[in-house]
Amino acid sequence: MTSSADRNQIQPASSRCCWTVEPEGNGTIRLLFEGDWKLDQTLPKPAEILASDAAEGTLRKVRFDCRALAGWDSGLLVFLRDLDRIAGQRRIEIDRAGLPEGVRKLLDLAAAVPERKGARRSVERDPFLDRVGATAMALGKSAAQTFTFIGECTVALGRLVTGKARLQRSDLLVFIEDCGVSALPIVTLLSMLFGLILAFIGAVQLMMFGAQIYVADLVGIAVVRVMGAVMCGIIMAGRTGAAFAAQLGTMQVNQEIDALKTLGISPIEFLVLPRLLALCLMMPLLCLYADLMGIAGGLIVAVWMLDINVVQYLNQTLHALNMSHFLVGVAHALVFGVLIALFGCLKGIQCGRSASAVGEATTSAVVACIVAIVVSTALITFICNVLKV
Amino acid sequence: MNAQKPHIVVQDLTMAYGSFVVQSHLTFTIHRGDIFIIMGDSGCGKSTLLNHMVGLIEPAKGEVLYDGVSFWDSPPADRDLLLRRFGLLYQSGALWSSMTLAENIALPLREYTRMSGAEIRELASLKLALVGLTGFEDYYPSEISGGMRKRAGLARAMALDPDILFFDEPSAGLDPISARLLDDLILELRASLGTTFVVVTHELASIFTIGNNSVFLDAERKTMIAAGDPKQMLAECRDPKVHRFLTRGGPPPARENG
Repeated sequence: MTSSADRNQIQPASSRCCWTVEPEGNGTIRLLFEGDWKLDQTLPKPAEILASDAAEGTLRKVRFDCRALAGWDSGLLVFLRDLDRIAGQRRIEIDRAGLPEGVRKLLDLAAAVPERKGARRSVERDPFLDRVGATAMALGKSAAQTFTFIGECTVALGRLVTGKARLQRSDLLVFIEDCGVSALPIVTLLSMLFGLILAFIGAVQLMMFGAQIYVADLVGIAVVRVMGAVMCGIIMAGRTGAAFAAQLGTMQVNQEIDALKTLGISPIEFLVLPRLLALCLMMPLLCLYADLMGIAGGLIVAVWMLDINVVQYLNQTLHALNMSHFLVGVAHALVFGVLIALFGCLKGIQCGRSASAVGEATTSAVVACIVAIVVSTALITFICNVLKV
Repeated sequence: MNAQKPHIVVQDLTMAYGSFVVQSHLTFTIHRGDIFIIMGDSGCGKSTLLNHMVGLIEPAKGEVLYDGVSFWDSPPADRDLLLRRFGLLYQSGALWSSMTLAENIALPLREYTRMSGAEIRELASLKLALVGLTGFEDYYPSEISGGMRKRAGLARAMALDPDILFFDEPSAGLDPISARLLDDLILELRASLGTTFVVVTHELASIFTIGNNSVFLDAERKTMIAAGDPKQMLAECRDPKVHRFLTRGGPPPARENG
């Protein structure tokens, strides 16, 4: 092993594995192993060997001859275990005397602990109706969990208002920073671009009638009334809802939530309340900020494309908007804040105990938040319509 | 010390996940000041039993009584009061990863005592010193090793000087010397504060050094197959499985079915 050629090779080239079957009469065959029986070789299947010509007739016993066997590893063991299994089914006796001692010992060790009853998972698929039923039951269960969670949060809020629950003030401030100030750059960018796009599309249409100045009304009302809040909602769902789900999910994996429960500290009061409050406080403010940025985006298009001057545009915007538009927008934002915090935390708390479960929790939190945002927007619009706000 | 009235009683407990029964018909009694060992082969439901005892999982059947009061029949407010008397050390430590070690220990103290910030800090340092982590107050759990995390978890479990301390595999992942120190600490706490311990462990050395009461769960028969003082169990129990476990797979007992 000292030659340079050997040293360059990590593994010496192995010789091909071969086998021969020698009949010994009386239903007994002798299996001769030759060469290397290793995992990097294409090893034969035991069934082909038992089916070979030499093994014809009623087979009763298999013996081994390993004198020509150059080397072996788990490959040979897998082959022999497979052979054992088939021999067991066909009532063929296996005589291990001819095998190397190491092989025999390892096979004995593998058979030392009997299989635990009921431990092996069946790979069969349940019948279709079973699966439909199971899915329906799971849906019912998750709905019940969701309502329980909302109930618990409401109770916790009640306890907070009556002064029975203690709020982690430092946590609250951290979350306020996280879903307030830290979100400003992305809210700025997206809302301004949204205002710009809206103004641009509107301008092209309105120019045909010479009514460019109404771009200010279009952008102002659309952004302030709904779209500012919706933009904020979607940004915060992806940013904060996902973060909440991942944080709580990881805590669930680490048993940190169990640790709270066994101390008699409610995870809802300790973990969910500060997140919920922070988001409810910050969402309306973020929404107002997004409104401003959206209007600024519209202004840019108006000044550059439509030759409207800044004062004209702002005057027109002020004229178009009234307080109720702002209130409707802020109401949207508040509702979104509650939904994002609830769904983010719910999915986190329901998280399973594995790394992939955290990923699933995060994904489903974002999906649930966005669906909830869109559905609630439709509902609020409908309600405002009925109330003629 | 066993002449007192029972402290914890588990009565005909059946544990199940959905329709999958983990263990059934568990009945045993723990006295104040006992060091109670839950043992058995892997996967037999030792940690599940612990989770049932500390109220994380509701039993499928049966009861867990603390000083004669059933945990699950009590109203939630009383359950919280009971929980405050427990300390629990998880397999992985389960420290709150967003807080430093001192803050981890301080949280239960802040929740349940009227101590000032400085006093709490002082007490947290003391608890950390007891588990050999002096000077690590301001480290985050992710910055220390697994064994240290476990010891910090122990410090947190001891924060409120609980009546009952539950340990889930306390010495797994500890070096032999730390494991020995942990055993000494357990014996010391029992002697000084009269704490009752419920310990899930495989460590034979620990089992025989500290345990004075135990239950042996069997994964195959799905119930307990032996109970009592582990030393006595080794001497008297005729079940080959228990004997193999307690002797690290040694020869079967001299008389079968005696």
